[in-house]
Amino acid sequence: MDEEKRIGVFICHCGTNIAGVIDVKALAEYAKTLPNVAYAEDYTYVCSTPGQTMIRDAIKEHNLNGTVVAACSPRLHEPTFRKATEEGGVNQFLFSMANIREQNTWVHMEEPEKAMQKAKDVVRMEVARASMLEPLTAKTVPVEKAALVIGAGIAGIQASLELADAGIKTYLVEKEPSIGGMMSRLDKTFPTLDCSQCILTPKMVDVERNPNIELMTYSEVEDVSGYIGNFDVTIRQKSRYVYEDKCNGCGKCQEVCPVSRPNEFDLGLQPRKAAYVPFPQAVPLKFTIDMDSCIKCDLCKTEEACGDLEAIDFDKPDELVTVKVGTIIVATGFDMYDVERKEEWGYKVFDNVVTGLEMERLISASGPTGGNVVRPSDGQKPKSVGFVLCAGSRDQDEEDGAKPYCSRVCCMYSLKHAHQLMEKMPGCVPYLFYMDIRSFGKAYEEFYYRIQKEGGKFIRGRVARIDEDPVTKNLTVTAEDTLLGQVVEMELDMVVLANAVVPAESTQKIKTLLTLSNSPDGFLLEAHPKLNPMSTTTDGVFLAGMCQGPRDIPDVVSHAAAAAAAASIPIHRGSVTLEPIFAIVDQEHCGGCATCIGLCPYGATELNEVDGKLVASVNEAKCKGCGTCGSACPSGAIKMQHFTNEQIMSEIEAFAQGW
Amino acid sequence: MAEEFEPNILGILCNWCTYAGADLAGTSRMQYPTNVRVIRIMCTGRLDPAFVLKALSVGADGVLVSGCHIGDCHYLAGNFKSRRRVALLRKLIEEYGYDRERLRMTMISASEGAIWADVVQDMVNTIKKLGPNPLKQVGAAGQAGVVADDEF
Repeated sequence: MDEEKRIGVFICHCGTNIAGVIDVKALAEYAKTLPNVAYAEDYTYVCSTPGQTMIRDAIKEHNLNGTVVAACSPRLHEPTFRKATEEGGVNQFLFSMANIREQNTWVHMEEPEKAMQKAKDVVRMEVARASMLEPLTAKTVPVEKAALVIGAGIAGIQASLELADAGIKTYLVEKEPSIGGMMSRLDKTFPTLDCSQCILTPKMVDVERNPNIELMTYSEVEDVSGYIGNFDVTIRQKSRYVYEDKCNGCGKCQEVCPVSRPNEFDLGLQPRKAAYVPFPQAVPLKFTIDMDSCIKCDLCKTEEACGDLEAIDFDKPDELVTVKVGTIIVATGFDMYDVERKEEWGYKVFDNVVTGLEMERLISASGPTGGNVVRPSDGQKPKSVGFVLCAGSRDQDEEDGAKPYCSRVCCMYSLKHAHQLMEKMPGCVPYLFYMDIRSFGKAYEEFYYRIQKEGGKFIRGRVARIDEDPVTKNLTVTAEDTLLGQVVEMELDMVVLANAVVPAESTQKIKTLLTLSNSPDGFLLEAHPKLNPMSTTTDGVFLAGMCQGPRDIPDVVSHAAAAAAAASIPIHRGSVTLEPIFAIVDQEHCGGCATCIGLCPYGATELNEVDGKLVASVNEAKCKGCGTCGSACPSGAIKMQHFTNEQIMSEIEAFAQGW
Repeated sequence: MAEEFEPNILGILCNWCTYAGADLAGTSRMQYPTNVRVIRIMCTGRLDPAFVLKALSVGADGVLVSGCHIGDCHYLAGNFKSRRRVALLRKLIEEYGYDRERLRMTMISASEGAIWADVVQDMVNTIKKLGPNPLKQVGAAGQAGVVADDEF
């Protein structure tokens, strides 16, 4: 080192979080004894404004050229202290952070002496690292003025509309033939009893008409490369076997199609043809031919059907489209828990046991029964309907794939179903078997009172089993009424299982493509559960809606709007600053062995001839800074900036100085 | 020595999964032994075998490498490479006279704070059974054994 190292060490009390376990004053005194440390101080909250000012002032006053803050996790406050260091006139990459809270005082509360020793060791290691750090220049790159939204349920629709209205070109990708997602299957929405389609359809049409939105339905994201500001996304547009520009949605192909198979949109409760739209309000109103069930009879191509338009082509291939976007919003929604796994409730064994979503279709005017709720066994109107709440939620039975969390919508939609049954069929009595009624939202508790007044019956207890009378197909529900402390048996005409909301299987592929993580519940992990629930740890990728966790429609819409706001910030700013943490090759030492070439997952390492000798180089734009190449280079020619061999080795040496 | 042997273990954790998981253990106030000192790297792919050898040569009683689950790597495949390196290193350190259990690699996600606490506890128990780094026992035993083979 040319210049003498003068490092300042700042020890944070974090109130009593740190200072309540270890002696912060003694730690500061210890830091003063370390090599290269010119100054050390402790303070109650180093992250506060006075704390940051203290760093700035100390840098100037003591002529420091490096800083170490011993406080919380660098994953929390590294950016804060880097900024303070930079403001003090020292390059921000000459800062290092010792984690003495999350990985020390919070986990060693009962062992203050040993925690103190660990804190000393960690501070010593970070001081050693700081002594070896080199100044780096953060790179600024332009941001593509476009965004990608994956999934076009209400979350994706809301996010796309917000982005488009902010003037951002938005690609909205949906794997199904129509946008609308789960919400389009709902009849009414709680607690206002708005018709779901009536409030959703206008938004769907807005999406189609918005000049800033490029809608790609029946399409899936196949590959993503690049980084914030510059993502290259490959999208597979699956073939509908219908030219979208020629199809006018007349439906004649559907009329003549002889094939009949269950319609996925109606959960198989009514049939569709091989040439179909999932539901009448579909956007775009373009027909799709399901090649798995098409028998290629060519009836749809005849004069009476699509003849003149020539929109149908059985040989139309899938198309791969590449788009460039600055930011990405994931809005891939959720699946419903496979309640068949709960054998005691007899779903798919007993005709008159249905799921909440099936009830939603049965009760919907656009559903298979035209809104007449009937028993699947005999088509008769039920006079008594049981609701099993928490069917797969708040249940620790992992063998059945049940979920320990609350799904947050089942109480309310079951209350809504209860209301609708009583409204449509006076005399019909709903019985709700519940653990707790969780009516937490705006006007939800009031809705609960309303259902009680209207005559809904509430039994606090879980349903242990359901049996069927083989003749009448009536169901006997056995449950413990925990308020009366006795077992109740009740004969009911029909039972609705309010099954849990579970992470969507299709999200897993997107998760891998975007290098996101799952939280313990299997939903996508947010950057911070409280303060940043719409961001992820991948810069430039945001979350909207149920893919992050169960929530109801108003919460989904708020979340999606928040994600859109967050995703538009880098785009409106026009540029982003990238961490200069990338590898560089010392071409003098490179032997051209090409070991690094095969290791790089991004193809950032290249082998070129320079002055008659093969040498490797690293493409800065492609390199993401994992350091895999650097740790394998046999001649030590690759330097992983900010995590160099010297820096890490100095930490290991300092580690050993503790004994 | 009357005092109980307290191992000094070096933890080398990736930023995105295990380091975040270890932070979560902290946020959740899970208590575990103090013996691990952590170095944060962006990806376990950065694990140069020399780091492990260096740590053992300066007297670390154990080295705990931990990264993302397979398929969860923030850099797609860094953990595949480190997993292979660690597998080979475990054989290599045996050649130097270290028990292979002194080096361990685990995969702990950002949401698995409880598993991190368990892994640390288990690693500490294992190293306590193995005793101090043989290098540190040299002085007491009066000879270096395989660790300082003069032939090399």
